[in-house]
Amino acid sequence: MKILVPVKRVIDYNVKPRVKADGTGVDLANVKMSMNPFDEIAIEEALRLKEKGVAAEVIAISVGPAKAQETLRTALAMGADRAILVQTDDEVEPLGVAKILAAVAGEENPGLVILGKQAIDDDSNQTGQMLAALLGRPQGTFANEVSVEGDSVIVKREVDGGLETVKLATPAIVTTDLRLNEPRYASLPNIMKAKSKPLATKTPADYGVDTTARLKTLKVAEPAVRSAGVKVADVDALVAKLKELGIA
Amino acid sequence: MAKTLVWVEHDNASLKDATLAVVTAASQLGEVHLLVAGSGCAAVADAAAKIAGVAKVHLADDAAYANALAENVAPLIAGLMADHDAFLAPATTTGKNIAPRVAALLDVAQVSEILSVEGPKTFTRPIYAGNAIATVESSDAKLVLTVRGTAFAKADATGGSAAIEAVSGAGDSGLSSFLGSEIAKSERPELTSAKVIVSGGRALKDADTFKQVIFPLADKLGAAVGASRAAVDAGYVPNDYQVGQTGKIVAPEVYVAVGISGAIQHLAGMKDSKTIIAINKDEDAPIFQVADVGLVGDLFSLVPELTGKL
Repeated sequence: MKILVPVKRVIDYNVKPRVKADGTGVDLANVKMSMNPFDEIAIEEALRLKEKGVAAEVIAISVGPAKAQETLRTALAMGADRAILVQTDDEVEPLGVAKILAAVAGEENPGLVILGKQAIDDDSNQTGQMLAALLGRPQGTFANEVSVEGDSVIVKREVDGGLETVKLATPAIVTTDLRLNEPRYASLPNIMKAKSKPLATKTPADYGVDTTARLKTLKVAEPAVRSAGVKVADVDALVAKLKELGIA
Repeated sequence: MAKTLVWVEHDNASLKDATLAVVTAASQLGEVHLLVAGSGCAAVADAAAKIAGVAKVHLADDAAYANALAENVAPLIAGLMADHDAFLAPATTTGKNIAPRVAALLDVAQVSEILSVEGPKTFTRPIYAGNAIATVESSDAKLVLTVRGTAFAKADATGGSAAIEAVSGAGDSGLSSFLGSEIAKSERPELTSAKVIVSGGRALKDADTFKQVIFPLADKLGAAVGASRAAVDAGYVPNDYQVGQTGKIVAPEVYVAVGISGAIQHLAGMKDSKTIIAINKDEDAPIFQVADVGLVGDLFSLVPELTGKL
């Protein structure tokens, strides 16, 4: 089967985002951008399923600006077979991305779509679940372990109280949590090889999807800052503080 | 007046606290209706009907809804939304799993993890792990929202007397089945509703040391136990202990961070705590920039000493 893996180009997770002075958003100019960490885990899981002989082809896809090509090349360097860029300079909301992915899934018929559970820029945590709804297929969100058995996929999910396991009929949608795997680094030869792997460029209009935003961002502001308090000298002083707070 | 539908979080026996904050958020938008979807969950509906400010409880009792599989409950909710203007769920793993599926069925954009209601269709929400707060306005006819529990006061669990109405949906979609769960049983309070939390980090060395150092202090304080992502990744404690951007968001009265350096990821999950206490051997650790009370030193001697003196 084929596995489709959507990836998003986001601000690198090590960079502290700065809110623009005019309150219109976060400053992305001259900031290091990388693949969303949860999407790296998704690519890795797809590659492992291919290495186990479960999947025949891993297709990476990104909805974003021309520069999202770099993110797709990273996915190809990790081992994806080919890539699709659905190019747009608009900020596409999760619902719009899910509609594009649903159209692509209609053409490619993947047995699994594996997505990161959330992108670390807008922290929406929606796209996978929305895609599952649009395709009328089951969803295994926040995956901690994935195994394909015949025409089912067993997903162990990270939930608030611990773990739970669900069995989904394929085709299915899986979203990754942090502990699913540790993504590989692309080796230099593979980075070179990735340059010649196929990368198709499309637009949302090619799939007949209207990506007009439904949400309007009125303002982006810095959160309230906490100021540093006092340092106490020893445990006795800390006990006194706890007593003041009424918890000891 | 707008009518809201709130997802009631429960385990078929009792109603989870996470629901109460969502009721408060919903009451700022309009009339509050609750949905109890489960199996053999009449007691939950009874408890839901007693929550102050609730106008009606919809009870969908069906084996297909026992484990809140999104494939089964999302169509039920989407059907009920014909008579409601907004669907709200707590931003728990259950709410996060179900709400976007409902939103897509309704063809509306979801607003995730709202922190406040600014107007009938305007909300604030955290982005970039809480490093920025966005104010967003929806243009959709219906709203689908998840609610960050720590951002709203809890509605009173008693005082209401709402009518309970049975509803039904399509039941089992046949797409998915629930095989089982490994839910940790603990005598300690739940992380997201605890008044005091003691959290440990990577510096705790291993699972046994974590247990020996953190648990006695937590027990003395009647606290829940949390952990940094590093401690969870290193296998000291299970994943459900994780506090942070990708784990649980907490805001207790007192948060005690032991051997936690204070990565952005972790701070995003606990910086709204009322009082933060940090114990760390590195006096330049970022955790001290947000801590109200800091103690610099070796946690392996300080924490047992603290536990002994309480």
